[in-house]
Amino acid sequence: MEILLAIIVGLLYASGIYMMMRRSLVKLIIGLILLGNGANLLIFLVGGLVKGNPPIIPEDANKMEGLYADPVPQALILTAIVISFGIQAFAIVLLKRAFAVIKVDDIDKMNTTDQNL
Amino acid sequence: MSESLLMIPLLWQMAYALLLIFCWQIPQYHRIVSIFGNAIGVGLSALLFVWVKDKGIQVLNAGGWAAPYGISFVADAFSAILVLLTSIAGLAVSIASTNTLLDRRIHFGYFPVFHFLLAGLIGAFIAGDLFNLYVWFEIMIISSFVLLSLGGLKAQLEGGVKYFTLNMLASVIFLTAVAVIYGLTGTLNMADLSIKMAAVDNKILVRIAGIIFLVGFGIKSAVFPLYSWLPASYHTPPAPVSAIFGGLLTKVGVYAMARVFLLIFPEDPFLNNLFISIAILTIVAGGLGAMMQQNIQRLFSYLIVCHIGFMVIGLGLRTEAAIAGMVFYMIHDIIVKTNLFLVGGLVYQIEGHWERRHCGGLYDRYPWISFLMAIPLFSVVGIPPLSGFWPKISLVLAAFDVKQYWALGAILLGSFLTLYIIGVLWIEVFWKQRKNEPDQVDFLYYKNLLAKDKFSLVFPLVLLGAVSLYIGFGAESIQKLSQQIAKDLIHPETYIRAVLP
Repeated sequence: MEILLAIIVGLLYASGIYMMMRRSLVKLIIGLILLGNGANLLIFLVGGLVKGNPPIIPEDANKMEGLYADPVPQALILTAIVISFGIQAFAIVLLKRAFAVIKVDDIDKMNTTDQNL
Repeated sequence: MSESLLMIPLLWQMAYALLLIFCWQIPQYHRIVSIFGNAIGVGLSALLFVWVKDKGIQVLNAGGWAAPYGISFVADAFSAILVLLTSIAGLAVSIASTNTLLDRRIHFGYFPVFHFLLAGLIGAFIAGDLFNLYVWFEIMIISSFVLLSLGGLKAQLEGGVKYFTLNMLASVIFLTAVAVIYGLTGTLNMADLSIKMAAVDNKILVRIAGIIFLVGFGIKSAVFPLYSWLPASYHTPPAPVSAIFGGLLTKVGVYAMARVFLLIFPEDPFLNNLFISIAILTIVAGGLGAMMQQNIQRLFSYLIVCHIGFMVIGLGLRTEAAIAGMVFYMIHDIIVKTNLFLVGGLVYQIEGHWERRHCGGLYDRYPWISFLMAIPLFSVVGIPPLSGFWPKISLVLAAFDVKQYWALGAILLGSFLTLYIIGVLWIEVFWKQRKNEPDQVDFLYYKNLLAKDKFSLVFPLVLLGAVSLYIGFGAESIQKLSQQIAKDLIHPETYIRAVLP
């Protein structure tokens, strides 16, 4: 299972970066989303995969027994998902505005701010 | 309970941002409320600074959960001085933002977002937990995206797309590094990491994590070859926005690098050499880039890149003297770079454009304002006794001590390039005879502004100039402070003991 997840994380990063390197604005957003998901899945993966053992102390015990799931990565992912959700919403609005004003969908042509008059 | 005082500058800014959001309908009061809030914010940060200096490192564990499990906020002298400088720069910029020229932006929530930006910066400086640092970084950059693109001009949106993309990429890379670190050690508390990272057997993976961090923070702090977003975007928003970006956003990247590499990562000669090489290239690339620029704000943007190199060199040399130089340079740079962009804004208001070759005769027309502008311009060059001179001495001496002659050469070359660039700028903008060109019809020139607008453009220069002169003339106290900070950064035992009693 770990191997499979590791491959998926790699694929998400690779395809995210590939999409960001395309010149279209829409592909840029898709790339960002894929990258964000890759990072979240990576955090989930490094926490260690444990099935069916929630980090809850049984009523008749006073400490954790055996192998239990690490709750921290899930809290981290939750935060990261919320942040990336907000950012993606902003990105869509920003790129829509940019397209409406600049009227090109080609990042290579957005070079007026780099020109030295 | 008293330790929760360290959150007050942060909570003050957040509460202020929320207050301003609730006052959305009455934007005419935003200006005065924001100035008042930032003035109190400077007072609170000064209290925090004095308090940390007297009592040593202050730690707050959120929710009362003890250190490695809960989220800690830590204020040592390094954090406290940066919080204080952030508040001072914030006050100056909020005065500069009261200009009626920004009216439309203020109606669209300029000030609430500005206070969120300050809150994000202060939070990043006092975060004691890597993931918490990531969250504050996000708050900071989301606010900066909004400030950059608020206004919706073509250049702003183009610059905004570049700025947004690269900074988002940096955040994802930072998050990846956090994941790798968590996988290696199972903790995210910086003090705890400092102990556990030294014990990790897999040195290669530690080094790889270090490089991922370096790329993430390198994009944010604009080092070679990751700086291209900065000169493409920093000149597009109005001057006060550029000022707060130029003064603080790259410096928070350098702060994060210093924190992570001095506290968490064990010393690694490979990483040190990497830092020094990157820094040398950054200085050369930024300096040469700045020489070519006609647009004054773009010129200053390249100077930011150039001077980030000085700080990264200090980090790469990793001796006490070098770190002290880096800290002093950071203190000087935050104030001076904020001031430089405000100077650029004032020149724009006087001349009606940013092109330096069409400027001229400023000294003839406005001798007093020229004098005020001379303070940051010559401080950034480092003409003694102004503030840029002293940290460079520390850095040069440190480079001599460890026989890093390439680094030494780069520091001298960088200073020389800056001298040349500012010299040419001074001659062109201030001394050259101005060609008599007809005024643009629909532009509100400085000479036609109302007195209160003139005040809002000039007063921040007075304020920041005074701070900058204090740093220059009171260099002894700042140097002592920097050395103390450097000692604590190089030997993090006090920090670790404060967080994990």
